[in-house]
Amino acid sequence: MSDDFPPLSLNVPEPGCRPGSTPDFSDFEIPRAGAVKRPPTDVDPDAIRDMAFSIVRVLNKDGEAVGDWAGALSPEELREGLRHMLTLRAFDARMLNAQRQGKTSFYMQHLGEEAVSCAFSRALRPGDMNFPTYRQAGLLIAGGYPMLTMMNQIYSNADDPLHGRQLPIMYSSKEHGFFSISGNLGTQFVQSVGWAMASAISGDTKIATGWIGDGSTAESDFHSAMVFASTYDAPVVLNIVNNQWAISTFQGIARGGVGTFAARGHGFGIASIRVDGNDYLAVHAVAKWACERARQGHGPTLIEHVTYRAGGHSTSDDPSAYRSKREAAAWPLGDPIERLKKHLITIGEWSEDRHKQAEAEILDGVIATQKQAEAVGTLGGGKAPSPRDMFEGVYETMPPHLIRQRQEAGY
Amino acid sequence: MASMTMIEAIREAHDVAMAADDRVVVFGEDVGFFGGVFRCTAGLQQKYGKSRCFDAPINESGIVGTAIGMAAYGLKPVIEIQFADYVYPAYDQIVSEAARLRHRSNADFTCPLVIRMPTGGGIFGGQTHSQSPEALFTHVSGLKVVVPSNPYDAKGLLLAAIEDPDPVIFLEPKRLYNGPFDGYHDRPVTSWKNHPKGEVPEGAEIVPLGKASITREGADVTVLAYGTMVYVAEAAAEASGIDAEVIDLRTLLPLDLETIQASVEKTGRCVIVHEATRTSGFGAELMSLVQESCFYHLEAPIIRVTGWDTPYPHAQEWEYFPGPARVGEALKKVMEG
Ligand SMILES: Cc1ncc(C[n+]2csc(CCOP(=O)(O)OP(=O)(O)O)c2C)c(N)n1
Ligand SMILES: [Mg+2]
Repeated sequence: MSDDFPPLSLNVPEPGCRPGSTPDFSDFEIPRAGAVKRPPTDVDPDAIRDMAFSIVRVLNKDGEAVGDWAGALSPEELREGLRHMLTLRAFDARMLNAQRQGKTSFYMQHLGEEAVSCAFSRALRPGDMNFPTYRQAGLLIAGGYPMLTMMNQIYSNADDPLHGRQLPIMYSSKEHGFFSISGNLGTQFVQSVGWAMASAISGDTKIATGWIGDGSTAESDFHSAMVFASTYDAPVVLNIVNNQWAISTFQGIARGGVGTFAARGHGFGIASIRVDGNDYLAVHAVAKWACERARQGHGPTLIEHVTYRAGGHSTSDDPSAYRSKREAAAWPLGDPIERLKKHLITIGEWSEDRHKQAEAEILDGVIATQKQAEAVGTLGGGKAPSPRDMFEGVYETMPPHLIRQRQEAGY
Repeated sequence: MASMTMIEAIREAHDVAMAADDRVVVFGEDVGFFGGVFRCTAGLQQKYGKSRCFDAPINESGIVGTAIGMAAYGLKPVIEIQFADYVYPAYDQIVSEAARLRHRSNADFTCPLVIRMPTGGGIFGGQTHSQSPEALFTHVSGLKVVVPSNPYDAKGLLLAAIEDPDPVIFLEPKRLYNGPFDGYHDRPVTSWKNHPKGEVPEGAEIVPLGKASITREGADVTVLAYGTMVYVAEAAAEASGIDAEVIDLRTLLPLDLETIQASVEKTGRCVIVHEATRTSGFGAELMSLVQESCFYHLEAPIIRVTGWDTPYPHAQEWEYFPGPARVGEALKKVMEG
């Protein structure tokens, strides 16, 4: 057998930029704000295939809201949205610092991604259920969940509703439509589809949302979610938050040769849309469209939120080891808070002064809440959950072997 | 000899194996450019190139599945699962495929594969960064299971695992990565510097699979431990003043029953310690084996000290973790019994 073929070699994708080189997003195609049309919510997924390769954007460079996705929110609602994002950012900064001071073991922040969960929250109705990852706390902040309870959970103190069992930020609140976060990637994406199917089975009007990171779309559970959502036309909105990185791994490792994550939906016949994740108005408009589509019985939507993880992956991570420090500043979609602020100022509904004042007020509020939580306790100090709590709730009724173990443990 | 942390020892084992054998390939989540979240593979991509050390998509089943394909081709994959807590999506590939490939194909295909993963608690990692799933692997025919407890063994055992012709589950106690840990969480952390087992030989010296090590000689009671619990057992023996013999099993499967038997026949007493949950844990297997092989030498019932049968908690970590106090109690009880 003669060797007619040259030797094969392995393709291992590489990011455009590593520490020491210059960030370059020139290959990243950004359509003009307003360029992508808003289709009817009952559109055939096949008719909008191009939307998986474009980006829905509302805010233009000058801070104006343009195109047919604009106009859904009043200035009052936009100011409230800005407040939600500022609150999430201040909350993150304080909790990050609390972790550094040893008041808790671990924290994960949203820096640069605040618009995604804060704006999406607005499109939901009471009774809908989110299956979030650890980076959607905006669903709670914007959804009116008490910040004090979030902090108590983070501090694993005596008032933590999860009794210190779970890692910080792995919140759970059925009442606020926030499914218990597990920490295992991807597992909950497919569960969101099951919840949505249950709503359909029961003749209900509720919908579900699934959330997953760019890196985690590689998990088999992502594909399981897509096939079930597609087959049963489940009333679910499946969200991919593409923040460009999965710890040290750039998004190309999960995406492979396909152009975008949204395009994954095409193989399943699911309506698939990319949206500017740093544009509060765009995220809200697309979320509203997809939620309406689900609620009207037209089936699932896959949304890729294009954003950037401006901070470290978690408090255990130092991104300067694997990406350029200048990359966040070079990110072409800007900062979600700055962009919404500019828009509000542009339309005469906000000012630098009001912004500064709002920031200060919000920070004061967060600090006051933090003091309240710390007065109860922090990890390793103050009032803690009982060791008894770790034996409780494994089963509805504690089996005899666990009762024996609890007694052996002295509780 | 050079003084090393367990992380450095593991890195060096990779380095030695990759230098000696082109067929050794290394991959996993964040394993390539960054060198792993615990940095166990740092520098390998830069040294051996991207086709021998690379980042994998976040898909544990895919990582193990592709590694099985590579092993069947004739490569020797050494793969990392970022935390043992994340191995479950790969369980089918490990149990139904890697473990059985040799047997079902009558060695037409084999699976020389090492699956590394950080295991165990003690870092406030909560339920998704603390589990000890060793019994899920020792229960499966066709797998070998290794748990090193120090840099010396980590390097030697990893080299032995890479040489081995069958799939090896290599569980690295993450609480030991940077220093030994005796369970006294409120005392200052110690490092591997100046610890005798932090001295690691250069080159390709292996520590054979299937051989336990007696880390503390004693006459009155045998303590069977592995991983982090070796240090807890030693600390408990020290604190209680009981003349305990501590055996570091090092390999759970194949198990060095000979060493265990000789010790229990000498002491007549046995305490078994592991971090994992109790019911159907590896301690149950050890207890059965000691009972089967040493019954007539036993002077007291065997005692297990383990994690409780609950998910690994966050805030209650030190009530969950079987520390020196609980092990000390067991030592006293077994001496009275
Ligand atoms: C099943 C599983 N595998 C691995 C991990 C470890 N891990 C935690 S977060 C993470 C990266 C996730 O990246 P991405 O999905 O992009 O989400 P992001 O953190 O960027 O929001 C990894 C690998 C995990 N938690 N679960
Ligand atoms: Mg990501």
